[in-house]
Amino acid sequence: MSEPILQVKNLKVYYYVEAGAVKAVDDVTFDLDDGTKMGLVGESGSGKSTMAQALMRMIKPPGKIEGGEMILDGVDLVKLSTEQMRQTKLRKLAMIPQGAMNALNPVMRIDHQLVDGMLDHGVTLSKQEREERVARLLEMVDLAPKVAKMYPHELSGGMQQRVTVAQSISMEPDLIIADEPTSALDVVIQRQVMETINNLQERLGLSLILIGHDMGLMAQTVSRLAVMYAGRMMEIGATYDMFRDPLHPYTQLLISSLPVLANKGVFAGIPGITPSLLNPPEGCVFHTRCPKAWDLCSQSTPKFTEAQPGRWVACHLHTA
Amino acid sequence: MTTPLLELKHVTKIFGTKKDQTVALDDMTLALNETFPKIITVAGESGSGKSTTGMLLLGFYGPTMGEVLFRGRPLYELKGADLFQFRRDVQAVFQDPFAVYNPFYLVDNLLSIPIKNFKLASSKSEARELMEEALERVGLRPAETLGRYPHQLSGGQRQRIAVARALLLKPKLLITDEPVSMVDASLRSTILKALRGLNKEFGTPIFYITHDLTTAYHISDYIIILYRGSVMEAGNVDTIIKDPQHPYTKLLVSSIPWPDPDLVWGGAEDMIQKSQVAFKAITGCKFAPRCPYRMDICDTKPPDLYLLERDRAAACYLSMDNAVLPREELTSLFAEA
Repeated sequence: MSEPILQVKNLKVYYYVEAGAVKAVDDVTFDLDDGTKMGLVGESGSGKSTMAQALMRMIKPPGKIEGGEMILDGVDLVKLSTEQMRQTKLRKLAMIPQGAMNALNPVMRIDHQLVDGMLDHGVTLSKQEREERVARLLEMVDLAPKVAKMYPHELSGGMQQRVTVAQSISMEPDLIIADEPTSALDVVIQRQVMETINNLQERLGLSLILIGHDMGLMAQTVSRLAVMYAGRMMEIGATYDMFRDPLHPYTQLLISSLPVLANKGVFAGIPGITPSLLNPPEGCVFHTRCPKAWDLCSQSTPKFTEAQPGRWVACHLHTA
Repeated sequence: MTTPLLELKHVTKIFGTKKDQTVALDDMTLALNETFPKIITVAGESGSGKSTTGMLLLGFYGPTMGEVLFRGRPLYELKGADLFQFRRDVQAVFQDPFAVYNPFYLVDNLLSIPIKNFKLASSKSEARELMEEALERVGLRPAETLGRYPHQLSGGQRQRIAVARALLLKPKLLITDEPVSMVDASLRSTILKALRGLNKEFGTPIFYITHDLTTAYHISDYIIILYRGSVMEAGNVDTIIKDPQHPYTKLLVSSIPWPDPDLVWGGAEDMIQKSQVAFKAITGCKFAPRCPYRMDICDTKPPDLYLLERDRAAACYLSMDNAVLPREELTSLFAEA
């Protein structure tokens, strides 16, 4: 049994706006075992990207981490000073951003951008060492050595995204957070980039949190899947079980709305709309759209509990 | 044979300057008939020419070579009443549900302006009825939708209003360019359902442009796979997605991330050729530089379309034992048996 590399406990991230507090992440708890790939899915406004930003401590005012813990390898990230957190980033955890074209400096050559982070984190490298590092990083993400001397605009979208992957692994962190890393890419390129990320994950024994809303990509890449809705964690479990036997009614609707090969022409959406995070419904946040809701659901918030070994769910159907 | 509603005749579109030319669409012939109420998808990666095809059909720009015809007359020369008729008969739903709205106007405008322009209603109450009916058809509650500003609605709701607008005009043809790519996965099915409903109930043909083969498979009857401006494979969507024949279609289909943990990404052999090759002028098959089955003949001249079945053809020398389908007869694939 491996130790969890990351433990998130009762995390709350609120945005304070004129009308009140927007509960973007509300009381979220989960563990991530060392060396696993976990997917985090949810609709827009479900809090999945806020979750990623919180882990990177990138929440800016009016947003605030209102409570809870994020323990990475024994250290609570919430308690770190800004400087300590800066040192932790890249060394312990790194992020692969969504739009590579906006993440790279357009007037800096790729080799420079790859070592920039290391230099900033106090790694001293001779000229030769630098070149070796750059060459190795490029090789790891399947890019040709000549890319080192190129500028971002000379690369395709897929190649740019590979550069950001190389940046993220430059100091061999324990955990990588990838926020929709392939959403801007074509299917073929998406698959190539995901295979690169997968290979690295296995080779370096990284843990990975893949954030997105593409359930297809999740089914193909991650071993565990976490589902968020309206700022709350609904269900977590092994990807296969989540697809084949979803426990939470929201997950059930989500899975049945997916376009799979077998049910051509069946279009089942989830009725209703996402609630406002300013005034989330009393009780379970999903009860307003839930086909299985009863009295209790509008009165008390279901606890996030382990319904089966390794399977967590926040639903009154599974807590009783 | 009746004159098609909208047709491309040997259309080539080239962007760029004389020195640096990009052939976005290469000798495409395609006819869209109002009497053929099917959904035809055009699919391909970025740079395949799929959006260019849509833009040409909508008359947003003219072809470099060839002709775009609306009821037999060059679209780019239409004026006055004819242009007005075209705007009414051919409707579009675009990708970005944010950009089609003016943030300062109520969303009602998107529906009330076409009613006014095309004189669909004789009174205010009749106009209101039309708007409500159209919204209900796409699964929106008029009371919760009308009288609101765009920012008060979700992307999915806004995109459904755009579909409702198209519904309102009962067009003869609907052209949709990636209508669900910016919408949450959980809302995609409601929009696709609305489009499918429009197609089935009113018999409106839909020209569906996408890079997403999953939704293409679900919504359409026929598909055209484009690569760098040329048709690679075309015909019945079911057989093409389930049993692709062209190596490029195989690559695309095996890269679809199906939301099904039992359907894992296909083998690695078709991934050998990375897309990192420089594209010079290609004399033969455009896909040859990436193709794992490349033969000498592939570099000599572009392959013809070979008829694999009555309703399916592939432009690949691997299929050259079959009869040739002249490129200008592409549309013959899209017909009932």
